[in-house]
Amino acid sequence: MREFARLYAELDETTATNRKLDALQQYFAAASPENAAWAVYFLAGGKPRQAVPSKLLREFAIEYAMLDEWLFEECYQAVGDLAETVALVLPPPENESDVGLAVWMEERIGPLRGADPATVREKLLAYFNELTARERFLLVKLIGGGFRVGVSKLLVTRALASMAAVDSKLIAQRLMGWTDGSVAPTATGFLRLIAEQSDDEHKLRGGQPFPFFLAHQLQGEPAALGDLAEWQVEWKYDGIRAQLVRRSEQSFVWSRGEDLITERFPEVAAIRVPEGTVIDGEILVWHDGPAPFADLQKRIGRKTLSAKLLAELPAVLLAYDLLELDGVDLRALPQHERRALLQTLVRDAAQPALQISPLVEAESWDALSTIRMESRARGVEGMMLKARNAQYGVGRTKDVGTWWKWKVDPYSIDAVLIYAQAGHGRRASLYTDYTFAVWDDDEAGERKLVPFAKAYSGLTDAEIAKVDNAIRKTTIEKFGPVRSVKPSMVFEIGFEGIALSTRHKAGIAVRFPRILRQRFDKTVDDADTLDTLKGLLAAAHE
Amino acid sequence: MGDMVVVRKEGLFCVPGNFYIDPWRPVDRAVITHAHGDHARVGHGHYLAAAPGVDILRSRLGEITIDGLAYGERITHNGVTISLHPAGHVLGSAQVRMECGGEVWVASGDYKVEPDATCAPFEPVRCDTFITESTFGLPIYRWQKQQEVFDDINAWWRKNAEQGRPSVVFAYSFGKAQRILSGLDASIGPIVCHGSVEPLNRVYRAGGVDLPPTVLVTDIDKAALKTAMVVAPPSASGSTWMRRFGDYSDSFASGWMLLRGARRRRGVDRGFVLSDHADWPGLMSAIQSTQAEKVIVTHGSIPTMVRWLCQQGYEAKGFDTEFGDEDESTAPEAKEMKESKKAAEETTPDAPEAADA
Repeated sequence: MREFARLYAELDETTATNRKLDALQQYFAAASPENAAWAVYFLAGGKPRQAVPSKLLREFAIEYAMLDEWLFEECYQAVGDLAETVALVLPPPENESDVGLAVWMEERIGPLRGADPATVREKLLAYFNELTARERFLLVKLIGGGFRVGVSKLLVTRALASMAAVDSKLIAQRLMGWTDGSVAPTATGFLRLIAEQSDDEHKLRGGQPFPFFLAHQLQGEPAALGDLAEWQVEWKYDGIRAQLVRRSEQSFVWSRGEDLITERFPEVAAIRVPEGTVIDGEILVWHDGPAPFADLQKRIGRKTLSAKLLAELPAVLLAYDLLELDGVDLRALPQHERRALLQTLVRDAAQPALQISPLVEAESWDALSTIRMESRARGVEGMMLKARNAQYGVGRTKDVGTWWKWKVDPYSIDAVLIYAQAGHGRRASLYTDYTFAVWDDDEAGERKLVPFAKAYSGLTDAEIAKVDNAIRKTTIEKFGPVRSVKPSMVFEIGFEGIALSTRHKAGIAVRFPRILRQRFDKTVDDADTLDTLKGLLAAAHE
Repeated sequence: MGDMVVVRKEGLFCVPGNFYIDPWRPVDRAVITHAHGDHARVGHGHYLAAAPGVDILRSRLGEITIDGLAYGERITHNGVTISLHPAGHVLGSAQVRMECGGEVWVASGDYKVEPDATCAPFEPVRCDTFITESTFGLPIYRWQKQQEVFDDINAWWRKNAEQGRPSVVFAYSFGKAQRILSGLDASIGPIVCHGSVEPLNRVYRAGGVDLPPTVLVTDIDKAALKTAMVVAPPSASGSTWMRRFGDYSDSFASGWMLLRGARRRRGVDRGFVLSDHADWPGLMSAIQSTQAEKVIVTHGSIPTMVRWLCQQGYEAKGFDTEFGDEDESTAPEAKEMKESKKAAEETTPDAPEAADA
C-alpha cells in the first residue's frame, strides 16, 4: 500500500508524460506480482464495487476525527472529495504498517463488503490508526469505489511493455477485460500479462475481446479524403459499442468500457454464431429502426430485466465488423474483405437479434452530403467513413487505416444559467456544474424559467473563473452545495439528441448537453423557450 | 460600554481612540498591522506601525508620515493605550493591543503561530476581546513542520540540479519568498531572485534577517542556471521572463497547495504547503492563549469559525472586512484574475480603464 500510495502521489503530482512513465516503471520493477496485478487493475481503470457505503465511511471518519458533522460537511464542501477530506481531517496515526496492496484488497477491504456496521467500524478505525494521510486517502478511495488515477491506459501499457520487453500491442490485447470485476487480479495473471509471446496466445485469450478500434472526428469537408470509392460508408448509431465473442462454446458481450455486459443483453448473448467468432457492432433498442438512446438507458438502469421490459425494449446487435472467424484473427485483413465475410456470416446466422449495418451508397461526396441530412430523421448521429483497405487498429490509431466519424452538427439552444454547484477534483471549490433553463408560460400565463439540462464542459479555465466569480456575486440562495443565481448569463447549449421524459421538469431530456459558448450578445429575455425545444423534438420524430 | 472596535465603511475603527486599524479607505490616523497590500494602503494622513516594518511600508507606499513603535512599547492616544506585539506573519507584522477603561482588545491582523527565522515569533497577548483572522479556518488545514517542507524543497532542488534542470518556486514577493530563502540549502546551487523579490530581500537583510546569497538573473552565467533555484512571484508564471530557464521544473509554495484540486489547477510540478497564516490548530491555540471571552472573526471562514467558537463557549461574531486580496488571504484563482488584469493594465497604459484606475 505504501508503494502504491507513493506511485499514486507521483502520478498525481506531475503532468509530464515522461515522469509518469518513469514512476510507473519504477513501481512495476519493484512490486511483487500479486501487488502489481492489483495495481494494473486500478491503473487500467478498474472500479471495484463500493465495499462500505459512503454514509458509514463518513460517520466513522467523523467519529475518529472528533468533529461535528456540520464541520466535516463544511470541510467536504471546501475539498470536494470525500477521501481527501477524510485524509486531511484525521489526526496523525499512532501505529504504522506496511501491508501489500493485494492483502489490503483481498483480506482487509474485500471482507468489509456486507459486514455489519459494528465490524466495519472496528476494522476501519484500526486501519485509520496505522496509515499516513496519503495512504488513508487511497484507503477511502479503494473502499468507496470511486478510485481514478490520472494516467492513460496507453501509458500503463507502455510501462509494462518496456519492463517486460514485449510488444505493447500484445500487452494491450492481453489487458482487455482485465478491469472487469468478475475476475480478481492474481499473481499468475500478472505474470501471464508480461510473459513473452507464446504460440498459445489465442487459446489463452479465453472470452476476452479485442481492443476496440476507435474513430476520429472528421474536421472539414470529406472531399479532402479523395475518391469516394475508397471509402465504406455507414450510418453512425447512438447505442452501446460492443463485441460479441463466441469461444469455448460460450458467448461473451463486452462494452467498449471493457465491462462484461452479457447478462444485461440476453438477446445479444443468445445470438448463435459459430465457435471462434468475434463481431464488433452497436447494441441498440430496435423498433423498425434505432430507438433513441433514452430507451437503451431504461434497460441499462435496471437490475433485473422483466419479460415485459424485454418485449417493450428489444435489443439487437447491429454488426459492422468481423474480427475473428473460425478462431482466426482477421484484424489485418482489409476492411472490405472483413465486410464481405461479415455479410455472409450475418446472412447465414439468420437471427433477428443480429442485423447488419447497411452500407450507404452514393455517386459523389455531394450526393452523400445530401443523404446525410436524413440523419436526424433516421435516428442516427451522422455517418462513419471507413477506408476500404483499413486494417482493424488498436484504439484511436491511424497507422493501419482510419475510421472517421462525420457527425451532424449538434442541436443548439440559448439557455439561462439558474443553478450552480461546485465541481470535484481539479474543479473543487469552483462553480463548474451548471443547470440551464428556458422560458415557458405557466398556467397563469406568466413567463417562467424551466430547467432543462445540466452541463459541465465546454468552457476554458479562464472562462470558468469568470463565470465562477459572477455566480458568487449573483447568488440568491444556497441549498447545501447548490446556489441559485440571479438569471443574468445566457449560454448556447449544444446537445446530440432529444427525447420525452417524465423525470425532468421540462418534460424533455437532452443527450450530451455541453456549453458551446457564452452569449454575451444576448440578454436573459432573448433566451429560447420550451416551445423551441418541443419543436426540435417533433422534428426529430417525424 | 459598547464595542471598542467596530467596522465602518473606511475600515476597523477604534471608537474611543478615534483611529483606524488597516483601513481600506483614506483616513486621518491608521495603525497598520503589516505591509501586505490589503492591510496597508496609500492615502492616510498618519501611519503607526511596528518599528521593524517601517522600512517595508516606506518601500511599498512611498512618501508617508509614519511613526515606528518598538514591540511592547506603549503610547496613549485619546485615552487608549496602544502597543504592538509580534504576529509572526511577515517582517514587522504586529497585533494591535488597545486598553481603555480597564478593558483590553487585540486585533491580530494576519498571524502565524509556528516561529520562523524571518520575523519575530507570534506573542500571545492576554485580552478580553480578540479579533482574529480565519484564512485557513477549517480543520482540514494542518501544516507540516516547516523544516519538513524545507527538506522537501531542498531534496526536490537537489534532484533537479543533478538532472541539470533549474528549479522554480513561485511565492509571493514579500514574506513567503524570504521565508523560503531562509530555508534553502545554498550548497546545492546558486539562488536567483526575480526583480520584485530582491528589493525586499535587501530590506530583510538590513533588518538583521539572515538570508543566503541571492543574485538577479542578469548577474549570473547562463550555464550556472542549470543547478539554480529561482524564486519568483506567481505573476511571473507564463511570462517571457521565464523563457530563459528552458526546461525547468516548477513549484508553488502556499497553504492552498494542501488541496489536491488547487495543486492540479495550478498545474505546477510540485505544490509545497507553506503558509504565513495559522492553520486550524494554530488559530485555536492562539485564541485560547489570549484567554479572551469574546472573539471576532475576520476574513476567511467566518461563519464556520464563529459557529465552532460559539459551541466552544466563546461569545463569537464576525466582521466583514476588505482584507484578503494579497498574499495567500484569498484562494489563488480570484487573485490571479486580479493580477492578470493588473498586468494587462500595466502593459496598456493608454487604455481608458487604466487611466481611471
